[in-house]
Amino acid sequence: MLMSATPAASQGFLLEALQIRKTFGQTEVLKGVDLQVKAGELVFLIGPSGSGKSTLLRCCNRLEEPTGGTLKLDGTDLLARSTDINEMRRKIGMVFQSFNLYPHLTVMGNVTLALRKVMKMTKAEAEARALENLKLVGMAEKASSYPSQLSGGQQQRVGIARSLALNPMMILMDEPTSALDPELVDSVLEVIKSLRDRGMTMVIASHEMNFARNAADRVVFLENGLVVESGTAEQIFTDAQHERTRQFLRQVRH
Amino acid sequence: METWNRFVFTFFNADIAWRYWPTILEGLWVTIAAGLLVVVTGVTCGMLLASLRTLGIRALNIPIILFVDIFRALPPLAIILVIFFGLPNVGIVLPSLVVLWISLGAVLAAFSEEVFWAGITSVPPGQWMASRSTGMTFGQTLFHVILPQAVKLAIPPLTNRTISITKNLALGSAIGVNEILGQANSALSMSSNATPLTMGAFLYVLVFAPLILASRMLERRYQWGGH
Repeated sequence: MLMSATPAASQGFLLEALQIRKTFGQTEVLKGVDLQVKAGELVFLIGPSGSGKSTLLRCCNRLEEPTGGTLKLDGTDLLARSTDINEMRRKIGMVFQSFNLYPHLTVMGNVTLALRKVMKMTKAEAEARALENLKLVGMAEKASSYPSQLSGGQQQRVGIARSLALNPMMILMDEPTSALDPELVDSVLEVIKSLRDRGMTMVIASHEMNFARNAADRVVFLENGLVVESGTAEQIFTDAQHERTRQFLRQVRH
Repeated sequence: METWNRFVFTFFNADIAWRYWPTILEGLWVTIAAGLLVVVTGVTCGMLLASLRTLGIRALNIPIILFVDIFRALPPLAIILVIFFGLPNVGIVLPSLVVLWISLGAVLAAFSEEVFWAGITSVPPGQWMASRSTGMTFGQTLFHVILPQAVKLAIPPLTNRTISITKNLALGSAIGVNEILGQANSALSMSSNATPLTMGAFLYVLVFAPLILASRMLERRYQWGGH
């Protein structure tokens, strides 16, 4: 069962980022990266820090402006001048390593803000929708708490609910569990797993290799701003073609 | 005993107080009205300038920074005198109260711009990203996510600034604004007694103490999430 309508994208790709380049000053962080994601897929981005995973994710909703390449969501050109990027961003959820909840708002306020300001819902509509999504991540009973009163795992689940409530076509997650204490990681992974089971399309930059192995449809290994190798989780973890990929996987699995 | 009596006669003279009370009370209303004008326009303009600065447009930032630095550097009395005695030479004659308002409003705008700007820049960039990623516009993000956090950080330094700049309303007496000190001063010259000044001082405390209390309350109100 899908959470959002299955889009009829051209060539079957929901997100199609081709030859994405990004330069900061003199440094080229992305040197022409392709990322194609089908509806319902869970794609894992792996690679050493500094490989460009975060930048690639931020380029996908133009939080960072790509310096080159093409970018389409559900057939809409995200880089076109005529495209309303704010409208498109609503359709691309984003979850952050450091949660980035709004500290001055309650959990409910965090989830309802964009529902009210972007989707122009009434307070009652927004709160009903927020509660629904907070239930999905097991945080409904904390609706009136402030972020500072929550554990990291709880904050991240609220972060997921915040993007989920906007009914996005896909969600980008930038190391969603890296800032968490080990015993809190599982609660967040469980939520991600349940989203996957509901058919949510996700691209996740993460070092949770066991989870990737179990849950990812595809794994993309990125290094120095280039895709070294990509394939199914099975292929990458048991039969990587490049020595660099094998070496990286050995390192992260100590 | 003799000295004590003279002291009381000079500073706490009931007859004088009774006679000049209405005059000084008039000054109180002028001070309150001018103070409100200065605080509202100064803080509003300061926040507006800081918000404009977030747009990151060079052609806008340079004049803002110039304005802010100049008005923070100039002594308020110098600004007041330049406007009051200078502008008539180019044909602009403003009432002394307006000159006082503009001068102190500009000084407060300059200082509060810096305070708000410091607040805005200390909000983590992740807050901008999170909000923009949900489809909120730049303006919505600034207004609903960034400014509330910046204002919280700004309140303590801002109240201090506001109080110290608003106290400069007394400088209005130099250009004939009939605020508290101006009224007390003329009462002093007419009565040859310092009691009107004592009354003036008392009224200043009466005006500014609530402001200090209000700032405490605001500080408490902006402490969210129990820390």
